[in-house]
Amino acid sequence: MEDPILEAFLFETSQQLGQLEQVVIEAESVGNYSENNVTDIFRFVHTIKGSAAMMQFKNIATVAHSTEDLFYFIRENRPSNVDTSSLCDLVLEAVDFIKLELEKIKNGDKPDNDETRLIKRISSYLKSLKQIYNLEEKEEQNITHSERPTAMLSIEKPANEKAFKAIIRFDEDCEMRNIHAYVIVHNLEEISNDFFYLPKDITENEKSEEIIKKDGFIINFKTDKSYEEMYNFFSETAYVKSFELTQLDNLKAYKTLEYESCHFTGSDKIPHQENLVGEHARSNIISVNIHKIDKLLNLVGEMVISESMVSQNPDLKGLPLHNFYKAARQLRKITGEIQGIVMSIRMLPIGPTFFKMNRIVRDMKKKLNKEVNLKIIGEDTEVDKNIIENLEDPLMHLVRNAVDHGIETPKERVTKGKGRSGTLTLEAKNAGNEVFVVIKDDGQGLNKKGIIKKARENNLLNKNPEEMTDKEIYNLIFLPGFSTNEKVTEYSGRGVGMDVVLNNVQAVGGSIQIESDENGTTILLKIPLTLAIIDGMNLRVGMSRYTLPTTSIKESFRPNQEDIFKDPDGNEMIIIRGNCYPIIRLHDFYNVQTEIKEFDKGIFIVIENDDKSACLFVDELLGKQQVVVKALPEYIQKIKKIKGLAGCTLLGDGSISLILDASGLIT
Amino acid sequence: MSNRAENLVVQDEEDTQKGKYLTFTLGEEQYGLEIKYVIEIIGIQEITVVPELPEYIKGIINLRGQIIPVMDVRLRFGKPFKEYNDRTCVIVVDIKGVSVGLIVDTVSEVYSIKDEDVVAPPDLTKGLSNRYIKGIGKGSSKVKLLIDCERLLNDQVNEELLNLSKGE
Repeated sequence: MEDPILEAFLFETSQQLGQLEQVVIEAESVGNYSENNVTDIFRFVHTIKGSAAMMQFKNIATVAHSTEDLFYFIRENRPSNVDTSSLCDLVLEAVDFIKLELEKIKNGDKPDNDETRLIKRISSYLKSLKQIYNLEEKEEQNITHSERPTAMLSIEKPANEKAFKAIIRFDEDCEMRNIHAYVIVHNLEEISNDFFYLPKDITENEKSEEIIKKDGFIINFKTDKSYEEMYNFFSETAYVKSFELTQLDNLKAYKTLEYESCHFTGSDKIPHQENLVGEHARSNIISVNIHKIDKLLNLVGEMVISESMVSQNPDLKGLPLHNFYKAARQLRKITGEIQGIVMSIRMLPIGPTFFKMNRIVRDMKKKLNKEVNLKIIGEDTEVDKNIIENLEDPLMHLVRNAVDHGIETPKERVTKGKGRSGTLTLEAKNAGNEVFVVIKDDGQGLNKKGIIKKARENNLLNKNPEEMTDKEIYNLIFLPGFSTNEKVTEYSGRGVGMDVVLNNVQAVGGSIQIESDENGTTILLKIPLTLAIIDGMNLRVGMSRYTLPTTSIKESFRPNQEDIFKDPDGNEMIIIRGNCYPIIRLHDFYNVQTEIKEFDKGIFIVIENDDKSACLFVDELLGKQQVVVKALPEYIQKIKKIKGLAGCTLLGDGSISLILDASGLIT
Repeated sequence: MSNRAENLVVQDEEDTQKGKYLTFTLGEEQYGLEIKYVIEIIGIQEITVVPELPEYIKGIINLRGQIIPVMDVRLRFGKPFKEYNDRTCVIVVDIKGVSVGLIVDTVSEVYSIKDEDVVAPPDLTKGLSNRYIKGIGKGSSKVKLLIDCERLLNDQVNEELLNLSKGE
């Protein structure tokens, strides 16, 4: 993915697809395509078509093109009896097709899926629409192209060469119009060998950009191609906002190319696609490569550390430097603010991720004949970009589970005295340094007996089920190899269920809680706001420093010798308030030289991950601090995945501390 | 167009760097490293030990906020460890985007060695270090062993794999 143009294409197209999907689903839920919907859809597919054609992904462009045709018809004729749902199916199919192709391009493969069948279906759908609309194919053409002067079609030059004039206007926010104009000229060379254009000096004169912006880019050319073909030629050109294509019937008009001529009011000009893209909500947003932001974040992290290295420099101790400290305080304040802002750059609203679930719910609803309303709350809640990306899969899985297993069929619901259609709520909210994501359905709840039975079959029970709390029972479903659904449905129950969800959530430092009864299930995901900065406890073993995330620390204490014992294998254990914990000597674990090997000289830290705990023995605690998490160098990651290390960080004095990962230490 | 210009600049740079080697010593021998890999040379710094790594990777250092691993080339070549002193240097190299610091006894200077003065190493000599030598430079002065940087970095991944499969 080196090519920035390709990257931009992929990014923009997938965004367009997402919005397109959103509009389609919205229209379907209302049961009717409003005029705005149709215009929006038309605009999206038009843009996709244009950029795909520019990137020469032909099958994407053709699919988008035929979809555009379909919506062109709908927009122009507003047929009243469109079957919304089948139309949605068709558009979504086209969306899926393009999505798949994008995925291929992303992976460096050629987008080579055959589009002909889909195209055929779209065009036959269009045909049937037209028939319903009670139009003969021929008549229809007259209507869609009615704006075109009929005289024009009759003019045929003897050599079959026709003269055209085109005035092209580029997108408002497009830059380097002269370059785009040059691209058009370049492409035109293949079609026509007799043409000229205004402004003439598009490549040499930078002012031509302004002229094009003001007056448009004007080309007169002769070609044996038909109007139709030329129309398509221009409409497939990227960044073209609108264009007028006119067939010229006399040579004089062809030869005179004046600025005046472009101030059009004459009847021979056909306004096409005017203001198609318009000043659509292109707000004050720029897209920046995430790597740049990561770099900036790293640098700011360094700056914060350097700042404290300067202002708390040991050389300054005891010196009466009032002005210096005043200036240093100001510096500290500003660096703190910068850090806050940089962190906020990485934050994205969770909305788009939630909206993607719309599509899943819609598809499943149709397949499973269930009625489900998806309610989305708090879509503006912002979460770190990396976390959002990791959240999508688990969320999708939970939504599928809820619709598939949770919500009952309408019939069952009615007999239970619930409303016919179930409600699935996705909610996000801030809670201190965490974000809560709630997936709530009002379905039948988790089947406790079923879970226990299944766990027993799979030998996952390690406790008497009667002694288990509800929470413990629900947690069984997170065990690998557990899937309660008897039948493997299309959507869930492939056995790679909740354990994967749990892993994904834990990978971003989150946790899952389940509550359930016969009135529904609530799943709560607790996600940290960001992964880049953590609260850590710094500790020392020998010469090495380590940082332990405070979230995994339960307590720290100096032990009593009598609580410590060894099991027959020589493993050291400690009893704390009646519970037995294994002892991990960090100096043994990582083979670090240290003087402190006696338990009463060092300190114990009880660490916790999920339900597992252990007692870590270290030399001393150095204090709590917020640290910026850095990955270990690539080279080291390549050599070996080191057990129990999550990364590293720089301490205030510039030295490096290794960040420990409790889950890696305990296992 | 600007792309082409960029290419030209890059090519120019490569041309001026061609045939130039940064030389350093390990004990008696002089070694040469293609200058295009070298980012900078720094004195020995405080090294943070990272557990579970091969012996020749001493740990990581903080290079102005960038954390890079350091490799003791002596140990890498199977030579005995030598205490670091104020002449010990870390050569920071960038090999295909991977930054690594190489700890060497001393850094000498940059030599130009023409291609025709480079001969292939004899196959006869066995031993660890020979695997990382891709040529021998015959200059006016002492012979220089030219290091295959990519090998130096990437070979041990295979070694690790070998060790792993042996262990299991």
